[in-house]
Amino acid sequence: MNYHWNWRIFWEPAPNGTGTYLDMLLSGLVLTIETAICAWIIALAFGSVIGVLRTLPSKTASRIGFGYVEFFRNLPLLVQLFIWFFVLPEILPRSWGLWLKQMPNAPFYTAAIGIGLFMSARVAEQTRAGINSLPRGQKLAATALGLTTAQAYRYVLLPMAFRIIMPPLTSEFLSTIKNTSVAITIGLIELTGEARAMQEFSFQVFEAFTAATVLYLLVNIVVVTAMRLLERAIAVPGYITGK
Amino acid sequence: MFASFDFDVIGRSLGYLFFDGMTFTLTLTGLAALGGLIFGTLLALMRLSGLKLLGWIAGLYVDLMRSLPLVLVIFWFYFLVPYIGQWLTGSSRPIRVGAFTSSLVTFVMFEAAYFSEIMRAGIQSISKGQPMAAQALGLTYSQTMRYVVLPQAFRNMLPVLLTQTIVLFQDTSLVYVLSIPDFLGAASKVAQRDGRLVEMYLFAAAVYFAISCVASFGVRRLQARIAYVH
Repeated sequence: MNYHWNWRIFWEPAPNGTGTYLDMLLSGLVLTIETAICAWIIALAFGSVIGVLRTLPSKTASRIGFGYVEFFRNLPLLVQLFIWFFVLPEILPRSWGLWLKQMPNAPFYTAAIGIGLFMSARVAEQTRAGINSLPRGQKLAATALGLTTAQAYRYVLLPMAFRIIMPPLTSEFLSTIKNTSVAITIGLIELTGEARAMQEFSFQVFEAFTAATVLYLLVNIVVVTAMRLLERAIAVPGYITGK
Repeated sequence: MFASFDFDVIGRSLGYLFFDGMTFTLTLTGLAALGGLIFGTLLALMRLSGLKLLGWIAGLYVDLMRSLPLVLVIFWFYFLVPYIGQWLTGSSRPIRVGAFTSSLVTFVMFEAAYFSEIMRAGIQSISKGQPMAAQALGLTYSQTMRYVVLPQAFRNMLPVLLTQTIVLFQDTSLVYVLSIPDFLGAASKVAQRDGRLVEMYLFAAAVYFAISCVASFGVRRLQARIAYVH
């Protein structure tokens, strides 16, 4: 292989004047994490509501939930981001569109909201599965105690359902982190974007991508470990064993 | 809001969009699903082989692929495949690889990790008595797998495999980052050439949506039928 390896490249100054190449990659990592956390908050909020809607006895509610999930699941994430980024400002009233186009950090907000909504459909499916996996007696007992539907969800069903779906939610969160890299297409220079930029500046393609790979792996390990600790901390004794 | 809509731009570019773009997308999806399934099944067999080293290598590969974003993997293989080709053919310089080959290698390698997890679950869902009975009949390991275990595992997992293929179909749009004219790439080229982003992206979205909806509806029907048979 006649490739010129140069692992010291990371300590050389990058031509964009922001420090070394390593600084460049780390700032990309920070942006990846920021975007992922914002998207995850949106995904959890919308996903839980839609997931609950799908388990309600009301036909209309579950139909709305079904439509929402199908809409966000049957479009590629890239297409969804393009629609939020390129199409939405054009079809809104003129002044709103202008405001959107002039917004600073537009790629960041678009990515956070777009990826958040995309992931919310998946979170909704997990929430629904979690609620449906509870024995019917839980809901019946809550009703028998005189709790309203809202109270039954708030105090009985959701606390258990969320504990049950912790493992799949962990992998959905990891997907959210990975999906932030799709936002490279709307100009968000996150970790993958910075690795690509480093490759273009320095021609050290394999060093740049190796570094990005290692950073993604580290993030994965940190998230998995943290979620395992959280799972153990909130486990209900006798119900869900940590293992 | 739709007053300035130019539906004509869609009509004019239909040929390019479907004959070039969609053909690329569907061929890539089909071949990558097939290759990913074959390689993924091999990985699953490695993991379940009971040989520590083989299992460890396969596990490491699957975990690595599953922790990386597809966009990064696309970039990796785009730059790596010419060197792999050079190594395989023993030529003196990195070989030139076309856009299609490069993305096909990427998606086969990437999807294999996901398919292997599905096939592993499928193989583990077969009751232990089956391979034992096969061995009692004098079948070798490879015969047991080929004639007894894998056909059943594949059939049980067919809905999941097809769902993963729908995900793959949507994910192939990410070859956009290499400026390859797949369906979305073609739509995007027309959009930028004619300054018709709204029309082209909405049309592309409608096509992706329609195909994915029909496909996932088909998978759900299939699932119901399998559940009925069992």
